[in-house]
Amino acid sequence: MPWSRIKTDYIEPDFYGKEITGQRRLTYSESLNEALSQALEIDSSVFVMGQGVDDPSGMFGSTKNLQEKYGAKRVFDTPLAETALTGIAAGAAMAGMKPVYFHNRPDFLYLALDQLANHAAKWSYMFAGKVSVPLVIWACIGRGWGSGAQHSQALQGLFMHIPGLKLVMPSTCYDTKGLMLTAIKDPNPVIIIDHRMNYRNQGYVPEKMYTIPFGKGVKRRNGSDVTVVAISHMVTDSLLAAEELYQEEKIDVEIIDPRTLCPLDEELILASVLKTGRLVIVDMGWKTGGVSAEIASLVVEKGFSSLKAPIKRVTCPDLPTPSGYTLEDVFYIDKNQIKKAVVEAVLG
Amino acid sequence: MSQQKKNLSHLGINRELQKKMFYSMLRIRRVQERIDQEYLNDQMKTPVHLCVGQEAIAVGACEAIEQTDYISSNHRGHGHYLAKGGNLKKLIAELHCKSTGCSGGFGGSMHIIDTSVGHLGSSSIVGGGIPLGTGMALASKMKNNGRVSVVFFGDGAADEGVLYESINFAILRKLPVIFILENNKWAVCSPVTTRQTSKNIFHRTDQDLLLTADINGNDIAQVYKTMVQAVNRARSGEGPSFIECDTYRILGHAGCETQDPKGYRELNEINEWKEKCPIKSLKQELMNNGFLENNEIEHLESMIKDEIDDAFAYAVNSPLPSAEDLHGSLFSE
Ligand SMILES: Cc1ncc(C[n+]2csc(CCOP(=O)(O)OP(=O)(O)O)c2C)c(N)n1
Repeated sequence: MPWSRIKTDYIEPDFYGKEITGQRRLTYSESLNEALSQALEIDSSVFVMGQGVDDPSGMFGSTKNLQEKYGAKRVFDTPLAETALTGIAAGAAMAGMKPVYFHNRPDFLYLALDQLANHAAKWSYMFAGKVSVPLVIWACIGRGWGSGAQHSQALQGLFMHIPGLKLVMPSTCYDTKGLMLTAIKDPNPVIIIDHRMNYRNQGYVPEKMYTIPFGKGVKRRNGSDVTVVAISHMVTDSLLAAEELYQEEKIDVEIIDPRTLCPLDEELILASVLKTGRLVIVDMGWKTGGVSAEIASLVVEKGFSSLKAPIKRVTCPDLPTPSGYTLEDVFYIDKNQIKKAVVEAVLG
Repeated sequence: MSQQKKNLSHLGINRELQKKMFYSMLRIRRVQERIDQEYLNDQMKTPVHLCVGQEAIAVGACEAIEQTDYISSNHRGHGHYLAKGGNLKKLIAELHCKSTGCSGGFGGSMHIIDTSVGHLGSSSIVGGGIPLGTGMALASKMKNNGRVSVVFFGDGAADEGVLYESINFAILRKLPVIFILENNKWAVCSPVTTRQTSKNIFHRTDQDLLLTADINGNDIAQVYKTMVQAVNRARSGEGPSFIECDTYRILGHAGCETQDPKGYRELNEINEWKEKCPIKSLKQELMNNGFLENNEIEHLESMIKDEIDDAFAYAVNSPLPSAEDLHGSLFSE
């Protein structure tokens, strides 16, 4: 098997700013594009589909030129039929292929829910492991420029709720490649929820293929006063907040990036809260019944005695996203809300 | 084997094949009847959907394909499973929720599987298996392995939009998939006439794009011959087919006969369709032509009975899953 030769690698040598001279730096889309290209190269069962994967802009650049390189049979545009195409991808996966199905926005995945939740997610369990469904679904959360209620939803809470789906939320150029390769290699349905703002990133990306184990988060900043668990591009905002808090208030923030929400690196989160005694969770999804609620319950259930203060959650409000920019400004969370929550967690 | 089947498309159906199909239908019928009889004993704690009256579709279709070909099935799937060659003992064990069942006791009657014969699992979400079977055909096409995929679904599933999406894609990509609509007139207690205004729209498609047929699903010769045509078309890369089979659900929607609520359909209607029994008519034909004797039928009946007795004994004597098994195979390794 081509995948058995690929090494697992989860120490990102360079993160935000700490540039290592001579190391190759890629943009976020170049990194993801390289992962797909390498997977298509080594494994003939891999294929890439989705509305617009062959556009000149190619999923914000992620799928650019793949059709030219690997042909229209393996990289193809799809009809706007998310329900059937998800089932078709799942059926192809059951019959031995490894589809990667791209969607511009998670909002469209509501149309695919029957095939994702009722079928792909349940097939292994329902048939006692007789058939596996190595399917990757990728979608990118939008933000700003009036994307509005139906083009900016952060649906990770919904997918985290469904047993049988793995859920990945990368935040760095290094991770987006490694996690995509792990997702393709994995014999189960994997949903990757990306964020449009991650596409501003640049970073060190090794040329070789590497995978990142699911369920292993990383500490993005070492700190002693408070733990911030940040999801996807909220890692970037949390780092900005942490630097300012250190300068301004001498509050030393530890930042945890879980990278995958299912499986979740419970140990890493609990160990950090044991050290700091305080927890702030930052997720751009909705608050009620979502990712932040789940992580908070985890710490209450398994790390209650570590807590010196109530847990704080920084999330978007339980509302559809408004389109107008003045309303967007108040709807979205950023470093300022994170700073405020951290200060409250530390000073009470 | 495939050569033989190909020849049959020119020669019509020979006697051996007819007898084989008779046996296969009879076997499915007797299995369904035994489940029906035993159901109120509460040993099979799973919602069964029996296919009495519809056997010719499963058998006629599966006889026209190979073991390596795929089928995608639904909640009323025992006939598809057995016709494709699925293991009877494991089916009955699954109905008894036993570890030795085809789905290890995790699936029940509506979720059965036998990967060794190209049956990759059945869905109980009406219409859910349609895109999955289409996807299996996409895989065959990409791997260029010559396999076809047969999708069985009911008139209720034909209400669902996913059928439109799937057939459109199958046509676009000329996929080797055959969509078999088993129009048994009812979806639970709703007649097809309250759900659909006219014949399915796909019958109007250009035949080059989609071979369509509207046939008597209780006439196994018609089912088989139409299938051979569709299979040849699929294997030669010409694309999908859509075969509507006119048939009838003789027993109730779910559970055993006595559990069928009264009053939603006329007894006359049921009796008329009982007369059109696909097994009875093939038996008549075979006997009239001197191809089948009473003693031969008795022999087949007793063979089938023994096999069913064995399967039930196997199921009853098999272990049940226990608490440690609960987490099962949520994820594949
Ligand atoms: C999406 C969905 N809606 C409703 C049901 C409930 N249900 C189960 S079987 C059935 C009737 C299906 O009719 P048809 O497709 O004609 O198959 P038949 O039962 O007649 O074989 C219904 C409505 C379901 N299982 N899935």
